[in-house]
Formats: sequence, C-alpha cells, structure tokens
Amino acid sequence: MYPQIFGVVVMFVATLLLAVPLGRYIAKVYGGQRVWTDFIFKPIEKLFFKVSRIDPAIEMGWKQSLVALLTINLIWFLWAMFCLMNQSWLPLNPDHNANMTPDLAWNTAISFLVNCNLQDYSGETGVSYFSQVYALMFLQFVSAGTGMAAAAVVFNALKDRTTENLGNFYIYFLKSCTRILLPLCMLIATIHLFEGTPMTFKGIDTLTSVQGDTMHVSRGPVAAFVAIKHVGTNGGGFFGANSAHPFENPTYLSNIVQMIAQLLIPFAMMFAFGFYCNKKRLAWVFWCVMTTGFLILVVPTIIAEVQGNPYIAHMGISQPGGNMEGKEIRFGAIASAFWSIATTVISTGSVNAMHDSFMPVSGMNMLLGMMINSFYGGVGVGFLNFFIYVILAVFIGGLMVGRTPEFGGKKIEAREMKIAMIIALFHPFLILAGTAVASYLAAHDTNMGWWFADAAGKHNASGWFNNPSHHGFSEMLYQYTSSSANNGSGFEGLADNNPFWNISTGIVLLFSRFLPIIGPVAIAGLLAGKKFIPASSGTLKTDTGTFGMLVFAVKVIIAALAFFPALALGPIAEWMKMH
Amino acid sequence: MKSNRKEGLFKKELVLEAIKQSFIKLNPKYQFRNPVMFTVEIGTLVMAIVCAWILAGEKSQGSFAYNLIIFMILLVTLLFANLAEALAEARGKAQAASLRKTREETPAKKIQLVGDIFVNEVHIVPSSGLVKGDYFVCETGDIIPTDGEIVEGIATIDESAITGESAPVIRESGGDKSSVTGGTKVLSDKIKVKVTTSPGESFLDKMIALVEGASRQKTPNEIALTILLAGFTLVFIIVCVTLQPFASYAKTPIPISAYISLFVCLIPTTIGGLLSAIGISGMDRALRANVIAKSGKAVETAGDLDVLLLDKTGTITIGNRKATHFHTAKGGDEQHFIKCAVLSSMADETPEGKSIIELAGVAPHTYGVDNPKFIKFTAETRSSGIDFGTTKIRKGAYDAMRQMVEQAGNTFPSTTTDDVNKISTNGGTPLVVIENNVVLGVIELQDIIKTGILERFERLRKMGVKTVMVTGDNPLTAKYIAEKAGVDDYIAEAKPEDKMAYIRKEQATGKLVAMMGDGTNDAPALAQADVGVAMNSGTAAAKEAGNMVDLDNDPTKLIEIVEIGKQLLMTRGTLTTFSIANDVAKYFAIVPALFIASIPALQRINIMNLHSPASAILSAIIFNAIIIPLLIPLALKGVAYKPIGASALLRRNLLIYGAGGVLIPFIGIKLIDLLVALWM
Repeated sequence: MYPQIFGVVVMFVATLLLAVPLGRYIAKVYGGQRVWTDFIFKPIEKLFFKVSRIDPAIEMGWKQSLVALLTINLIWFLWAMFCLMNQSWLPLNPDHNANMTPDLAWNTAISFLVNCNLQDYSGETGVSYFSQVYALMFLQFVSAGTGMAAAAVVFNALKDRTTENLGNFYIYFLKSCTRILLPLCMLIATIHLFEGTPMTFKGIDTLTSVQGDTMHVSRGPVAAFVAIKHVGTNGGGFFGANSAHPFENPTYLSNIVQMIAQLLIPFAMMFAFGFYCNKKRLAWVFWCVMTTGFLILVVPTIIAEVQGNPYIAHMGISQPGGNMEGKEIRFGAIASAFWSIATTVISTGSVNAMHDSFMPVSGMNMLLGMMINSFYGGVGVGFLNFFIYVILAVFIGGLMVGRTPEFGGKKIEAREMKIAMIIALFHPFLILAGTAVASYLAAHDTNMGWWFADAAGKHNASGWFNNPSHHGFSEMLYQYTSSSANNGSGFEGLADNNPFWNISTGIVLLFSRFLPIIGPVAIAGLLAGKKFIPASSGTLKTDTGTFGMLVFAVKVIIAALAFFPALALGPIAEWMKMH
Repeated sequence: MKSNRKEGLFKKELVLEAIKQSFIKLNPKYQFRNPVMFTVEIGTLVMAIVCAWILAGEKSQGSFAYNLIIFMILLVTLLFANLAEALAEARGKAQAASLRKTREETPAKKIQLVGDIFVNEVHIVPSSGLVKGDYFVCETGDIIPTDGEIVEGIATIDESAITGESAPVIRESGGDKSSVTGGTKVLSDKIKVKVTTSPGESFLDKMIALVEGASRQKTPNEIALTILLAGFTLVFIIVCVTLQPFASYAKTPIPISAYISLFVCLIPTTIGGLLSAIGISGMDRALRANVIAKSGKAVETAGDLDVLLLDKTGTITIGNRKATHFHTAKGGDEQHFIKCAVLSSMADETPEGKSIIELAGVAPHTYGVDNPKFIKFTAETRSSGIDFGTTKIRKGAYDAMRQMVEQAGNTFPSTTTDDVNKISTNGGTPLVVIENNVVLGVIELQDIIKTGILERFERLRKMGVKTVMVTGDNPLTAKYIAEKAGVDDYIAEAKPEDKMAYIRKEQATGKLVAMMGDGTNDAPALAQADVGVAMNSGTAAAKEAGNMVDLDNDPTKLIEIVEIGKQLLMTRGTLTTFSIANDVAKYFAIVPALFIASIPALQRINIMNLHSPASAILSAIIFNAIIIPLLIPLALKGVAYKPIGASALLRRNLLIYGAGGVLIPFIGIKLIDLLVALWM
C-alpha cells in the first residue's frame, strides 16, 4: 500500500511544483508580456488575425466579450453536428462507422462544445477518425480555450482600477490555445507515444491469438487525443473505456502523467490570477480553500476503497488490494480512488476505473465534488464558479464587519448579488429538477414511447438502470450532476443512449456551461466599471485564512443544504445499509 | 428626550400595541414585501387547507391534531416575525411621539403680507396655518410655532425641548446661527422669522415617518440582502418540490405537513423575520442619539465612511482659544501694547477677543477714545481693528500683518517673527498687533484639547476611518494640534472652498466622506459630502444641504453615527449567518424523520437521537419559531461593534454567529424534543 500512497503524493506535489511557474507564464501571456514562445507563435497568431480580419488592438467590454464567445461557440456547435451526422461518407473512416442519430449527435456535439464530454457513444464504433480529430478533438481545444479566455476577461476586470475595457477576447482565446494548451499537449502526447499509446489513422487491426482465435483491436490517433483530453479537462475518451483502456492509459507512468495533466491548468489558473492581478496571497488562500475541500473528499474515498467491500468481507474473502471491482490492476485501489475524486472536482470526467463499482462513500464524494464544482474545477471555469462563491462570501462577510461589502475595492450591490444568486441557484436546480423528472418517470414506470427503449425493446422507464433502489437513484443523480457540472464522467449502469437522456442532459449541459460563464464575466465586468475604493483597516480583508474559512463554509453549506436530502436517499442510504 | 435612552426595551403598552399590530400585519398584501415570510404565510395557508381536508375525511395526511399543531406553530412563527417589526415600529413611534409633543398646536403671530410689502399687522393664527414663506414674530415667552430662519433681530432661546440641553442659546439673523426650531421657547428679545418648511415637511416630520415605517424604503444593502434571502428561499423550494418524486421513487410517502415543515425550517426565517425590525431600529438608534436622518440610506452610508472632516473648534479643542500671553516687540512699551490690544478687541465679540480683554484685566472704556470706527474681521483682510483720530490699530494673522507693515515701508521686527514662530510651534495662535503699521507685539492664543478625544480618534482609526481636522489656523499651529489630538490629517487656513476641494479629492479616490457644518457657506460641502451632518442651530441652507441634522449641535456626534451605521450592517450580516448555519441541525432533525419509516438504516443520521419522526419535526419547527422572539432584543439593540479591525471582527462574529449558529439548534432542538416527547 505504501508505494501507492507515495505515488499519489508524488502526483500532487509534482503538479503543484509545475503549476506555480506555469501560472506565472499564463499571467504573462494574458498580460501581453514577452514570453519565450513568442518566436514560434507570434507569426502564426498574426496570420490568424490577418485572415479573420480581427483587429487584436481593439479593447472589448464584458458584453462584447460574451457576444464573441457565444457566437464562435454556436459556429463550432453547427460544425460538430455536421461532422457527426455525416461521418459515414466523410474521409478518415476506415472502420465504416455509421452516422450518429440526431439526438446522439446533439448530445455529443453539445457535450464536447461545453467541455463536458458526456459520452453516450463508444469511441470504437460510434465515431470516425475524422469526427474524432476534426470535431471532437477540435472542440476539446477550443472549449478549454473558451473557458480560459473567459477567466482571463475576469482576471482583467479584477485589477485595481476602473475601466470598461477588458482586453480583446479573441487574443485571450487564441493565446490560450496556442501558448498554453498546444505546447503542453505536444509534450504529453509525446510521453504517451513512448509509453505505447497508438497514433495512427489505420483502421481496426486483426490479430490471431495463441489459441488461434481472431481478435479485432481498435486503434487510431489516440496519443494526441489523450493529451488534450486531460490538459483541457475535457475527459472524453478515445475509446469507450476511457483511461481504463490499455491503449489510452497503458502504464502507471502514463497514469501519473494524465493525472498531473488534468490538475495542472486548474492549479495554474489560480496562481495566474495571483500573478496577473498582483494578488498572490489571495490566490494562495483560494488554492488552499480548494485543496482543503479536495483533501476532505479524497482521503475518505481512499480509505473506503482500501478497506474493500464489506459484503465480500462477510463472505470470508480477503481483499488485500482493497475494493478492486471495476478497477485496473496496473493502477490499484489508491491511485484509482485519487483519480476518481480529482476527475470529479475538476470537470475532466475521464475515468481509469468504473465509478459505479466504487463504495457508496466514494460515490457520494464524487457527487459532492461535482455538486460543489469549484474545488479547482475545470480550466478557466473552475475559477469562474469559485468566483461566484467568493462574491456570496464577501457579501456576508462584508456585512459582518459593518461595511457595504466590497471585493477588490469594488462594492457588491444588488445587481451583482442578483446575478451571483441566479448562478448559484441554477446548478442545484438543474441537477435536482433533472433527477426529479427521471425519478418520477421511473417511480411510475412510465411508458416512454420514442423517448426510451431498453435492450429488450421495452419502453418502460424503470428499464434505464441496471441497479434498482438507492444505487439506481445514485445513477440518475450522477448523470444529471455530471451534466450540470460539465464533468462528463458516468456512473455507468445507466442506459443513457436514447432520446430521453441524450436530449435532457443536452439541455442541462447548455445551461450549465454558458450561464456560469456569463454570470461571473458580467459580475466582474460590472465591478470593473465601479469606482475603486482603497482598502482601510475597516475593510474586509480577503487574503486571510479567516476569509478562506468563510468561502469554504459558504460553498459547503450551500452544497450541503441543496443536496443533503438527495444524497440521503442515494449513497448515504446505501452506505448505511451496507454497514 | 435624553432620559428616554435608559428605558428598557419593552414597555408594557408598547408590547400590547405591537401584539395588536402583528395580527394586522398578517395581511398578505403587507407580507408580500418580505419574500421569506410571504412563503411562510403560503405554507401556513396550505396547512390550514390540509387541516380542513382531514376534517373532510382524508386519511393519508396523519392525525388532525398533529396537522393542527403544525399549522399553529407556523402561524406563531409569522406572528413572531410581525411582532419584531411591530415592536421596532412601536419604539420608533414612542420616540417620535416625544418629539412630536414639541410640535403641538401653538398660537403663531403671523405677519400679514400685502403684496410685497410688510404691514406691521400681526394676526394670531394656529401654527398649522403657517406655510413656507410666511413670516411671524416671537417675543419673550413665546413658543416658536414652526421651523424657520430669523430675518430680523436676536434672541436667547431655550432649546431644551429638542436637545435636552438647559443652557439657553443665542440665535440671530444674518449669521450661521439664524435657525430656530418649532417647539423651542424664546427667553428674551424679539425676532422676526421666515417659515422654511410647510407643515408635515420638516426634518422631524420626515424622521417620524421613517421610524413609523410608512415611508420606509429599503436601503441598497437591504435590497441586496433580500435578494440573497430570496435566493436561499428558492433553493429550498426546489429542494422540497423535487423531494416528492425522489421519495416516491424510494417508495416513501411523505405527508404534506412534513414538506411544509422542512421548507419553513430551511428558509432563512430568522433573518427574514427580523430584517425590517433591524432596519427600523437602526433609524431609531440614530434618533435616540438625537440625530435626524433624512433616509435610511444615510445611516447605512455612515457605516462605510472612510474620512471624517471635523472642525477643530468645539470638536477637538474645548470651545475657543484663549489669550495666554502678551509678547511685546523688542524695545516696545508693554503697557501701550496691551492698551492697543484691548482697544482693537473692544468691538470683537468673538471669545478670542473677549479673552484678550480678560487677560489684560482692564475695562476698554477706561481708555476713553473718541469717535471710534471699528473695522470688522473679514476673510480677505484676515484682520480687525479700530480707527480713531489718526490712530489705526490692527490685529490679525501674522502674514496679513507683515504684508501691511511692509507695504507701508516699515520693517517687521525679527524678534517678533521669532515670537510668532515659537507660539506657532507650541500649538498656539499668534495675533500680531500693529499701530499705524508699526508692530507693537504678539498676543498668544492657546487651544485646549478636549480630554478623551485621543482615544476616540484611535477608535476611529481602528474602524478604518481617517480623521481630518479643519481649522483656520496657520499650518504650524494646525500641525501641532493635529499631532497632539491624534488626527490623521489637517486642513490649515481653511476657507469654505478648501473643505469642498478636500471632499472632492477624497471622493475622487473612491472614499466616502462625512462632514459637519452649520453655516450657509458650508452648504455646498455638506451637499457634496456622502454624509453631511448639519447642526440644528445652523442655517436653513445648511440643514437643507446635509442628509442628517444633529439636534444636540455636538460635533463629536459623527463618531456615534459611524458606529450606528456599522452596527446596522453587522446585525444583518450576523443574523443571516446565524439563520443559515441553523439549517445544518434542522436537516439532521428532519431528513431522518422523513425517511426512517421506509429506510430504517437512516436512523444512524438521527445523531440527536430524537424521540420519533413526529417529535423531531415538531421540535425543529418549534425551535425555528421561538428563536425569532429570542433574537428580537439583539435585533433592536444591534450587535455590539468592537473596533478591533475587520479581520478580528470577522473571526469573532464567525465564531459567535457562525459556529454558534451551527451548534445552538442541536442543543435547542434536542431539549425541545425531550419536552415534546413527554406528550407523545
């Protein structure tokens, strides 16, 4: 067990050590300062702006930035829909995979557009190489870039000055892709090539086993895909089994690299905020708050997985490796447990073990990670989600010290509170309302008609989960939580490739992606336009441990209050029955 | 009025009136203003319907008695919340009533106006018959019928009815002390007064309306907080509504009463019920401090102040400077110098002038001068004096005098310059006396700094408020006094426009500035300041320009006002925290109660080990109801403000109201459950 724990600690510490300099680099990139990548990318970026006729010198306000963001996102969505629904005749389809159905294409296009990667299809049979590379991998880059660019707009707005101009969104976006994502991905893809991950456009390989059986082995341009899947906290796997697949995540080393790759930018964005706004202490306070939350989730999960399944223990079977159901031997229980929490607190959603088979406590912690959705969070958007809780905490804390609440010298007033509250509300609303509809249909075993059919062709709603009772409830809750958190991991066990789940989670995905981007950018933009008030000794200081505790308490209490009854009926009930 | 301050929070008649009001306030039209309590009212109505439904024969919702008890508890919750507001209003009204006593109907001697000319015809009319722009006269013994400005005459006035101060004050036309207030009494002389406010529109009337709640508008912070609370309420609507299909999936039927109880427990009823009481009592506290605020916003803004402009005289130093020493110029005749000093101060009615005569110890008229012509002090010449025969005596500021002497071709003696510098560095004010442009000597005036002022400024500094002393003194003197009194900055040789410029400068950097003033020339600065406190004795223009009026004319009042503003915000913040923190324990009471019947394993989250599901739910909603009246005293008095710095204050309040808010309901609900279990 000890080497495994050591492995986990190494992953975490290495990420932190890499994230600080990366944060400084990101701050320089967004600040328009000279960086060492200039000599390669500056000409390329100039070419982009020349071709697109965008003037990078024009400063944009928060509304213009949002319009630009939403417009380019709409175009990408249409492009992805086109690719997925026409892939059978498009090039690079050696395995002759069929076109996607409209509802699956809608779900897939949206979920990659919104950095979620909820995959209701299986990569081997569901998509062509053309779709993988030019629709899905392309979206994995630009969706990560979108989130980072939105965060950059907020960084700019939080500087100590009054302005309406928040920089040029297109520059933030382009530089996020070229200066940050691309170099990191190249590095990580190269490491994967050495570890044995395939990178080819050839179709299914056939080989004959020792016994003489014929085996079909899927392959493809996997190494490139895996890199951006983690660096951009996308999480969509090339293969159906995601990072549990031996091609996608072949070794313990590749596992470490993928883990670091997904934690890296979420960490670095916090430090980038500190360097960019010259609020380093505040950035560390934020990072510590997030880390506290992460550890509170990760430690019990590791313990639960190491202890193993009590039902199996009752049968007198020893579990030296802990709960190994659904886990890969090459990673072990501890690294898998660590991964499961990391992938859910961040919005990656890639898996290296089957979440459905984890202990109930672990399942609850994964759900909590996504319900809170800002213990690190996805690239860029994690900071934006966290920012909403900071605004709420500042408001309550500001009142408690007897001053009109202010953050970074800007007053928080009714308008900002309204936006923050709507954003904070929407996440529980989407999760609970979605789960409520599904529960209602399942409880009444409604005949779903076109909307749903199980493998046997029956249309009864109760057919969509493999496990009844509390675990079935957890599966439905997990699916909507994963959608609303733009996470993309699945509890599995749920028959989700059908119009009901594809369409309903697609709607949840759209709202839960764009509202939490629009809200924080709007708040930051409004704050940026306000008069800057220098701090006095009566001002609430945000870069202190006390304020960190307050933010933590606000996050945890809001999540606990909104989700406690649902969790009680799902994983908590299952856990209590088990022990 | 000052005696009112020490009275207890709850007088019997106040409470009775408040109880009556709390029933009247059940009107949904009224409740609608408060989204949190409005949803409780809807819940109560639903429970009433459920009770009726059970009576009609419905079996699935539990016993009638149980549902009725829940209905009653919810109703009591509503009444408690209304009671808090009604009590705050009743206290405000009582306060207002004692002020209103001063404005009872009094006969007014109105001057009849024919066209644009006065005819000295005086009619007796009731005070309510006076409108803005009317003129009236008041003589010895008359009660002044309404607020106004003296246009003619001078009088001593007893303002004790308003300020509680028994010493009479002098009010006269033309100066900065020309305002008279209705209800005060003329002790001597006769004045002609122009009415400045119509009946029902005076500051006092506005204030009365504010504390009575009739015209109370929500302040910006209150609106933002209401949004937060409405948001939390919405979250819990979502939680409770979605729980129905969840429970139906888990095959756990939940009666309506349990949904309603869960909902009412979770929404922030504690702060929701106390919110308006907190706002009203903030205004009330201002009124108790004898400050009339024109809006709730002004009181709230006071808590955010960054900079206070304080006049030196009367605020930092006791009253006025006193002459302490005569420094004769080298080679001069001391007796002659003193004589000239006294002569130049003969017509000087200022306390400084009087103190010179006092120090000399001679009565001016014993000198006997013919046909004296007195030169009044002006801001331009910065000197005053007397002319008789060919003698011209002037007394004034050093630089003004030096200019005068040197313009006449004379030299200013260096020994006198040394004296001037010495006096200035010691915090004194030098007044140079010259006769026919020849320097005779310097009079030393000294300031006496008020005791305890140093501590008050220290307290303000810890609150994050910068103090600025405004004085007409030269920079050296100002610096000395500023250091001695512990103010952070000073404006020396201040002219009215300097104050304005300083306020603008600070506001440009985003700071909120408060000042106090009384003169007409203060009016623009009072209007410019974020909080402008006009003295009640000040001119009508000053009172119009500011957003608060201090009835006591006490320049240190600003400090109290800042604390009242901070208390107001803190009380809201801490009770919000408390209210939300309470939910943790309520969840642990109610959630197991909802599911235990069908999922017995969940008994393990019944960590309080409550008696039964029914007793758990009852205990939670009873706790939820009685916490409101228990916190009414805190809401009315306000959370104590301690100037210990923002971070320490946050830690303290988080510990008391955050951690306390999590723990207290665990204990409270358990205790109530032990009691409730006796009957179940």
